[in-house]
Amino acid sequence: MMQTVFKRTPTLKDCPTHYCPGCGHGIAHRLVSEVIDELGIHGRTIGIAPVGCAVLAYDYFDVDMIEVAHGRAPAVATGMKRTNPDKIVFSYQGDGDLAAIGTAEIIHAAHRAEQLTVVFINNAVFGMTGGQMAPTTMLGQITATTPQGRQADGQGYPLNVSELLAVLPGTIYVERCGLCSPAHIRKAKAALKHAFELQINNAKGLSLVELLSPCPTYWRLSSPDAMLYIQNEMTKVFPLGRLKG
Amino acid sequence: MSDRVLMCGNEAMAESAIQAGLDAYFGYPITPQNEVTAYMSKRMAEEKRVFIQSESELAAINMVFGAAATGKRTMTSSSSPGISLMQEGISYLAAAELPCVIVNVMRGGPGLGNIAPSQGDYFQSVKGGGHGDYHCIVFGPSGVQEFADIMPLAFDLADKYRIPAIILADGIIGQMMEPVVIPTNSKLTTQNLKLPKKDWALTGADGRKQNIVRSLWLAEGAVEQHNYDLQAKYRQIEKNETRCEQSDVDDADIIIVAYGICARIARRAAQQAREQGIKVGCIRPITLWPFPSEQISKIADKSPIFLVVEMSCGQMVEDVRLAVAGKSPVVFWGRPGGGIPTVEKVLEKIEQLVTRASSPCLHGQDGRATKK
Amino acid sequence: MAGKIKIDIERCKGCTLCVTVCPNNVITISEKSNSKGYFPAQSTGPDCTGCTNCAIVCPDCAIEVYRDKAGSDKIDIKSVNPVKKNKVNNLARESK
Repeated sequence: MMQTVFKRTPTLKDCPTHYCPGCGHGIAHRLVSEVIDELGIHGRTIGIAPVGCAVLAYDYFDVDMIEVAHGRAPAVATGMKRTNPDKIVFSYQGDGDLAAIGTAEIIHAAHRAEQLTVVFINNAVFGMTGGQMAPTTMLGQITATTPQGRQADGQGYPLNVSELLAVLPGTIYVERCGLCSPAHIRKAKAALKHAFELQINNAKGLSLVELLSPCPTYWRLSSPDAMLYIQNEMTKVFPLGRLKG
Repeated sequence: MSDRVLMCGNEAMAESAIQAGLDAYFGYPITPQNEVTAYMSKRMAEEKRVFIQSESELAAINMVFGAAATGKRTMTSSSSPGISLMQEGISYLAAAELPCVIVNVMRGGPGLGNIAPSQGDYFQSVKGGGHGDYHCIVFGPSGVQEFADIMPLAFDLADKYRIPAIILADGIIGQMMEPVVIPTNSKLTTQNLKLPKKDWALTGADGRKQNIVRSLWLAEGAVEQHNYDLQAKYRQIEKNETRCEQSDVDDADIIIVAYGICARIARRAAQQAREQGIKVGCIRPITLWPFPSEQISKIADKSPIFLVVEMSCGQMVEDVRLAVAGKSPVVFWGRPGGGIPTVEKVLEKIEQLVTRASSPCLHGQDGRATKK
Repeated sequence: MAGKIKIDIERCKGCTLCVTVCPNNVITISEKSNSKGYFPAQSTGPDCTGCTNCAIVCPDCAIEVYRDKAGSDKIDIKSVNPVKKNKVNNLARESK
């Protein structure tokens, strides 16, 4: 007699996604949905969709969702959480949303110790708009706006958001994981669960989980190679592990 | 607080918002409305409600977006340069149909300008400073009492129509001190106003389908239809919520159209003109959007000369011209960049108009803003 | 076999991640495309243990995993190294 050991969790809507084959968003969406269901918070969770490939996240997460202006999610989350402290508020943001246009918002939400859970998807590129350089783009990486490969001189180094935020007293938990193998993905889920649990337990501060995520399309790699790239190259610049908490 | 007290406009407005059930205030310091942030920081803490001094006006309007999306009564305040930063957020609020109140205590511009009073943001608020076809309800209070009275009305109308409400005050209205009775029972709201339930709000999908607050629709024709739906709402608001005050217009040869502090200056000048035998009346729009076009058009049938007085290079005058539709001459006089019109100067303009009106070749000419 | 998987052919986008993480070569890519034009994964090998590696890595949640109740407590996973076959290509695009 066979028992089911893996199937779709209810908060992840049963519908096809618009994401590319091998895109990390699909994995991240599933992990967040599983955490929401396992922690039993579906009925009081509000999620914030970013501007980016995941702009349609409200079509995939079956919780109350809001779509906000590019980068503003931590400010919107602040407004929501402060007026509704019993709700679980999470933002789901890419590297353009959080580390480019939204830098002020995430730093100040963390600085104020807002009780939020932030899921930060770092795939080192602006996907939605056609593969331009992101703040987290690697040196030498060719993108639509770095045709010669990113140069430190003129374009700066990749931005280590997790390290930046870990310095602030208002962040209570920062961990960086990779969506790059089953073992890494299991660890990522544990990190996400911890980040949500902290909010459920009314911990006084902001939790952020950075997920190194594959973008096979704009990295011009196959899906398995994209995961290898995260394991072998991205982790040199964005080390995995718990930075705080 | 229902006693008659002496308060500055900014604080009276803030207290009135609190009495109207404000759940959350988010704001950033900028002159000339810093009294608001300071007052709110103290009073909202006393009421155990939410106050945040945000890191920028950009953040403040987005905090408003978040709180409004959960069904709370929320507002922000700023002055001209800060309101510019909020335009993105206002477009999103209008598109997502979220109720909220935004107070602009206008100062001299453009750019950093100065901290003196101005009415240079009429276009920005009434014609939409953010992108896209949208409107917010826009009020132009003309004194401390009205600044306070408008707050419960603004919140109620914002809730009733799911639309942001903008209060266009200026540095004088914000900082002048006048006796005021803070409304505590929403005197100005329509009798038996039944506000719709906020079943669209994000409160957690417990036992119901998910709610989504959004402004992006990619399906063919969806945003087009959304715009038509918004426009239908705006026609309703135009029909039901236009407010304006008229005085001495029936026999007037000259009608001054002005709002805010300019309306009070105009009224005094009109009274003095009447003492000289010049028949002057006043129209004071209270809602700048919806604009009292019908009322003005009706009065234009009698062909008086319209004198529009603003603290700008001429913004509301365009809406007056549209309403008058060529039936009457429309003349503008104003002072931009923090300059304040005086009663004497407005009276001088009235007297000039009388002289010109009696000269046939000058009929129908418009004035432009000139140096003082 | 101790395990079994069911792949939603129409949901699968043929990214091949499941193929590379399966420790027992259970999954291959079909030669018949689905209605969207993707070549989906299919379960062809006999040695599925129900380890769930494939489902965990699948970005489209297209795989359900079942395990035989009897003797299923210990999973003999030969390797958790996800990629045995492919090398990392240099990320710099070759100039045309």
